[in-house]
Amino acid sequence: MNPPLLRTPLYDLHLELGARMVPFAGYDMPVQYSAGVMAEHLHTRAKAGLFDVSHMGQVRLCARSGLLADAARALEALVPADIVSLKPGRQRYALFTTADGGISDDLMVANMGDWLLLVVNAACKDADFAHVRDALGATCDVDMLADRALIAVQGPAAEAALAGLNPRAAGMRFMDVAELELAGVACIVSRSGYTGEDGFEIGMAAGGAVTVARALLAHPDVAPAGLGARDSLRLEAGLCLYGSDIDLTTTPVEAALEWSIQKSRRPGGARAGGYPGAAIVADQLADGTTRRRVGLRAHGRAPVRGGADLFADEAGTQPAGRVTSGAFGPSVGGPVAMGYVAADHATTGTPLFASVRGRLLPVTVTAMPFVAPTFRR
Amino acid sequence: MTVYYTKEHEWLRVEGNVAVVGITAHAANELGELVFAEARDPGTTVEQGDSVAVVESVKAASDIYAPVTGDVLAFNDVLTDDAALVNRDPEGEGWIVRMTIADAGQLEGLMDKATYTALVG
Repeated sequence: MNPPLLRTPLYDLHLELGARMVPFAGYDMPVQYSAGVMAEHLHTRAKAGLFDVSHMGQVRLCARSGLLADAARALEALVPADIVSLKPGRQRYALFTTADGGISDDLMVANMGDWLLLVVNAACKDADFAHVRDALGATCDVDMLADRALIAVQGPAAEAALAGLNPRAAGMRFMDVAELELAGVACIVSRSGYTGEDGFEIGMAAGGAVTVARALLAHPDVAPAGLGARDSLRLEAGLCLYGSDIDLTTTPVEAALEWSIQKSRRPGGARAGGYPGAAIVADQLADGTTRRRVGLRAHGRAPVRGGADLFADEAGTQPAGRVTSGAFGPSVGGPVAMGYVAADHATTGTPLFASVRGRLLPVTVTAMPFVAPTFRR
Repeated sequence: MTVYYTKEHEWLRVEGNVAVVGITAHAANELGELVFAEARDPGTTVEQGDSVAVVESVKAASDIYAPVTGDVLAFNDVLTDDAALVNRDPEGEGWIVRMTIADAGQLEGLMDKATYTALVG
């Protein structure tokens, strides 16, 4: 028997807004509202969508010395990103790696001045928390911030919506993090997201979530958007979904995420290696990999979904890889997908064929993102 | 004009010995805006319950099951460029396939409108 589904602090608001709820990572979550996935996706790119992402894990990491530098150095034993040079009020994308170079989760790390805030995937949060506590607990306090909510507001109208509640939001740039009061609620706001749009992610104590969500939804350009639109938006933006596009079997280099390994952590850098699987990743940084995550555009209108096999030839005799996620991209106006292909097929423009219901459909390896990002850098 | 319904949320309209098949308004609403539709090739024989067509939303692909055994005659080609017609007029212009009815006796196992409406509430 499955345990009962958990509810986020916005559960009742979702029902009031006409959400269709589905189980996701142990939570009862809104997959869409009455507008539907297509409309919610397009509204987010045109105006702004409000997403409940309270199911994600928020972990506080604080060195017992009280020094941020000690927490940063400690975390670098688990992730290949440069945390030490992450400035106060800044956030960075990172990966938890495994001893064989795989990825056990992707996360955001924010420098909160004297502690680090880690935001991790819902399905991985218990394992991530145990991983960090077991590895760093001797020198750091590691706390799961369980009684908190997280709301994302994404799209070109997001800045106006937040600035209406606190003008300081408008002064933030991409990947800035600040403690701001919104609608009388103390929030941790980052200018970031998972849609390729400018936008904000807003954490607050669970008790303040409905107040903040209602204040943001009161802006005429903000409409609720569900997990369905979140998935098609992130796919158009070329962003990985943990468990589909990256997992324990994919390395950072295979996944084309080496941009998240800063120079200081690479061979020859000031703090090279030192994270799980570092030797394997270093070799792959130098020599490349036999497969690579790429974007794929289908020529017709038939969506190519995750799990579809890819071939180099129309007869389907030469395997080339596999699709890991795919959908119809509402803003692109056609099917978009990503997947892993053999290195010799990974060049942009390479024609391939995807097996869909027994037919081989032509696709082209395409640079990602599929839509131009609008981050305020 | 007799229309039958299935528990898989297809409808079937009998026109002589031909069946016009689509999905119900309830199903179209549940699936959300459709972005793609295609059917088995004309001439293909399908058994009752086999997949005769596929409709896709942004999120997912869904099979349309043959309500009866028969041969596929035609796909509604309008849907090739405008699959969302199924959402706008699911039980009219948004029909999906025309097929023969090999055994009219199978119709007796399908639901009438009142029974289907009671099923979906």
